[in-house]
Amino acid sequence: MDTEKSKGIPKKRRGILRIKDRILQCLIWAFSFITMGVLVWILIYIISNGISHINWEFISTIYKPVNNQHGIFPMILSTLYIVLITIVIATPIGICSAIYLVEYSRPGKVLSLIRFATETLSGIPSIIYGLFGYIFFVIALHLKWSLLSGALTLSIMVLPTIIRTTEESLKSVPIAYKEGSLALGATKLTTIAKVILPCAISGILTAVILSIGRIVGETAAVYLTAGYVTRIPTSIMDSGRTLSVHLYQLAKEGISFEQSFATAAVLVVIVAIINLFATTLAKGIKKFTIGG
Amino acid sequence: MNSSELKIYTHNLELFYGDAQALKNININIDEKKVTALIGPSGCGKSTFLKTLNRMNDLIPNVKITGDVYFDGLNVYKEYDIVELRKKVGMVFQKPNPFPMSVYDNVAYGPRIHGIKSKSKLDEIVEKSLVNSALWDEVKDRLKKNALGLSGGQQQRLCIARVLAVEPEVVLMDEPTSALDPISTLKIEDLMDQLKEKYTIVIVTHNMQQAGRISDKTAFFLHGEIVEYDFTEKIFSNPTDKRTEDYITGRFG
Repeated sequence: MDTEKSKGIPKKRRGILRIKDRILQCLIWAFSFITMGVLVWILIYIISNGISHINWEFISTIYKPVNNQHGIFPMILSTLYIVLITIVIATPIGICSAIYLVEYSRPGKVLSLIRFATETLSGIPSIIYGLFGYIFFVIALHLKWSLLSGALTLSIMVLPTIIRTTEESLKSVPIAYKEGSLALGATKLTTIAKVILPCAISGILTAVILSIGRIVGETAAVYLTAGYVTRIPTSIMDSGRTLSVHLYQLAKEGISFEQSFATAAVLVVIVAIINLFATTLAKGIKKFTIGG
Repeated sequence: MNSSELKIYTHNLELFYGDAQALKNININIDEKKVTALIGPSGCGKSTFLKTLNRMNDLIPNVKITGDVYFDGLNVYKEYDIVELRKKVGMVFQKPNPFPMSVYDNVAYGPRIHGIKSKSKLDEIVEKSLVNSALWDEVKDRLKKNALGLSGGQQQRLCIARVLAVEPEVVLMDEPTSALDPISTLKIEDLMDQLKEKYTIVIVTHNMQQAGRISDKTAFFLHGEIVEYDFTEKIFSNPTDKRTEDYITGRFG
């Protein structure tokens, strides 16, 4: 086959081509190795530095340095609350907006304005969202420093991600499916609910996973809107400190690097668990709605 | 043949994509429970015409339609609810387009969206539709498997079953065999022969032999107009118009 393909090419030239091929292959291999390597190294570094400090007490008790209690239980709880509330608020809005943009809106000035706005929003530094959230939710709407204010602010922050990613996955559903459904007498809404959304579900879940990553990792916006009190939140109107804010405080004030690393390790593990859960869920939903 | 009932007829039908005219003054009578073939070179408007019959052109922006299409004596664009119309006028597309669901769910999709919930009723419809589309024996043991795992020919017959499950009166077919191998094509042609006992079939085809084999009447389209419309034997043995003769003898197109 090799000789068949390269018939017309002189032998010398063929040798050069083969060497070029090899070099390119090596480069690709090297770059992907570097990328993977850096990621793995960061993970190992964080976990190996943090693990020695993690024990049941650390993750299940409250944080009260005066009593020599350094647990991060309230922060874990606040983080999970914020993730949950944000996703509950942002996902439906994001999905509906994406459906509107892809299926209903007519191309024109309004549409390009919305596109432009979402693109710009996704590029704005999070501290600006924080400031906005502080002025609007915390002060103007009297929501005070609370998990709700934080979650609302983060919802606005992750909306562009959810909208864009959902839009892309909706667009990737073949138009033939849509035609097939409409030609059977299905309404547009039925077609969206029964054919288009199930086909796009994995893309939508990717959007959610990306958003969760952003929420968990966010510090500035949360710090300004949800506060940094270390108590255990009892309602969404309580203020609270998320893991990343805690991490920031510990590191900035030089309280304890062991604790920072341990907190970081817990954070990484939480993100990993959430991602794992979401991908399993995506597979499950896909199987359930569109069959194996 | 003369005793057949009129199922669909159009009156001065014209269609524009923006400024470009795609259909010019189409007047055609389509008989009930017959196979009507639409032939003509690419871009002549035959697929566009087919899609006016179940209003699939509504999906395309900037389409303007004048004139009338009557189905069972009612004006398709003025007196019909689009859902009701598409239930009665089913469509099979050029490329098989089963949904990425199980074979069963594909066939049950139509009945389900039209409100049938009973499991036993759905089972019955699915089996009947698959039997009528000559697919039952091949898929009866894999109803729960994904339809995308079927061969192209099987997928197309599944799409036919999906249309039959809604119990239409007319089945529109837009080059249904152009993406299939000769054996699958033959199976679908045989199927059409059986289907015309119960359904009115309108088929767009590029394949002249196919039109000759399966249809009762044939319309020859050129540049958005119907040049000639007559019994298939007449069109293929003794066409009136010189352009029809040129086309079917392969002199152009």
